[in-house]
Amino acid sequence: MTWTATDIALMLGKIVLLYAIILTGAAYLVLAERRILGFLQDRIGPNRVGPFGLLQPLADVIKMLTKEDMIPKAADRLLFSMAPAMAAIPAILTFAIIPVGAPLQLFGRQVNLQVADLNVGVLFFMALSSVAVYGIALGGWASNSKYALLGSIRGLSQLISYELSMGLSLVPVVMLAKSLSLADIVNAQADMPFIVYQPVAFVIFLVSILAECRRIPFDLPEAEGELVAGFHTEYSGMRFGLFFVGEYINIISLSSLASLFFLGGWRGPLLPPIVWFFIKVGLFSFLFIWVRGTLPRLRYDQLMHLGWKFLTPLALLNILVTGWWLALR
Amino acid sequence: MEATLFYILAAVLLIGILLAITARQVVRSIVYLVTSFFALALMFYLLGAPLIAAFEVIIYAGAIMVLFLFVIMMLELESPEKLPHPHLKNWLPALLLAGAVVGSLVVLLCSRLQAVPPGFIEIPVRQFAFALFKQYGVAVEVVSMQLLFALVGALYLGRRR
Repeated sequence: MTWTATDIALMLGKIVLLYAIILTGAAYLVLAERRILGFLQDRIGPNRVGPFGLLQPLADVIKMLTKEDMIPKAADRLLFSMAPAMAAIPAILTFAIIPVGAPLQLFGRQVNLQVADLNVGVLFFMALSSVAVYGIALGGWASNSKYALLGSIRGLSQLISYELSMGLSLVPVVMLAKSLSLADIVNAQADMPFIVYQPVAFVIFLVSILAECRRIPFDLPEAEGELVAGFHTEYSGMRFGLFFVGEYINIISLSSLASLFFLGGWRGPLLPPIVWFFIKVGLFSFLFIWVRGTLPRLRYDQLMHLGWKFLTPLALLNILVTGWWLALR
Repeated sequence: MEATLFYILAAVLLIGILLAITARQVVRSIVYLVTSFFALALMFYLLGAPLIAAFEVIIYAGAIMVLFLFVIMMLELESPEKLPHPHLKNWLPALLLAGAVVGSLVVLLCSRLQAVPPGFIEIPVRQFAFALFKQYGVAVEVVSMQLLFALVGALYLGRRR
């Protein structure tokens, strides 16, 4: 394929637009979380900066940027400064394969609302989520602090464990769609979203992405009661901000993937495709916040038992059953 | 375009591996090695094998090196110890081995002057899967059984007495 100037301009436009949407989305997800948590806990939440607190993200960014940037004396400087980026980059890169809407007709050509339709899209996502481990592991190790190291060891083992059940829960989806490309998976759900055929896989995937995000029932890597702040104890200023934003970008990307794999992505009646996509992603993100406001933290052995002794065997069984169903149908 | 990318990736790969060997801090050498795995994965992608590229990152960078990192993080917390410079006689086997590798590389490069023609086709995932599980199904099963034996053996040796 040869690239014309229009192609390159379109691609650049898509990337810039995507960046803008992700970063604004992540910033406002933080605000939404603070407001919704406030509501759930019967208090007001941040409402001072701008109308309804809508300028709060801006104030937060200014605060982060103007804070003192500390590096502990005993830290490994190179890895300490690289770790936050290692945590945020995989989360942002995941968006490259997410189709946000139906293909459009622009400038007399078909434009996919997706940066790259890889034919190994699902594996690309798995690769990025397995690489995201490095940010946490190295951040904690490079800080050279006991709390941070304990947090990052916990984070490592948690992410490795739940990656397995997450990957296995996606196998039935791939079996039904007969493709690893995300565009094909969305097209395969034209009649019926996969949640109808695969409710078990959906639940396993949902629990696993909660664990992959290290959010409240599974936030042992940063359990503040025991580990101060876990792997990012020693971080301050914008370096901490990058970890923080990375977590919220991760929530958005995993929500988008959950809606693509099980709810049919941008497909839906009446409303335009992009609106449906944003509604579904919004619902999943709300679920993340709701769970945080509702559930207590698991004990560490409970976390490991849930992953290895319950979710992983269940996902394997689900693959077998799906295989039989597909073969005998 | 592809050639430029290839040379950039090759440079990243080689520098990454060199740094991985020479780094004093083991955790750093893991990071360098992972960087070179990424370059290698992109090279596979350029060669029209996206599946292998994905597996390279998932298995090598995402699973094996993470396990290495896990073990090293648990074991080693102090700054690396300074080893004395190795003796000259200890260098000999390494030099011999390196000489053999470089020699065979030179012979290989000289015997085939022509480059591989570009024009390769990308192998779809479906075809790869058929080859793996139908054509060579028995071989794949045998290999996976062997891995299982190793796993059970490790479990037996490492169990609590």
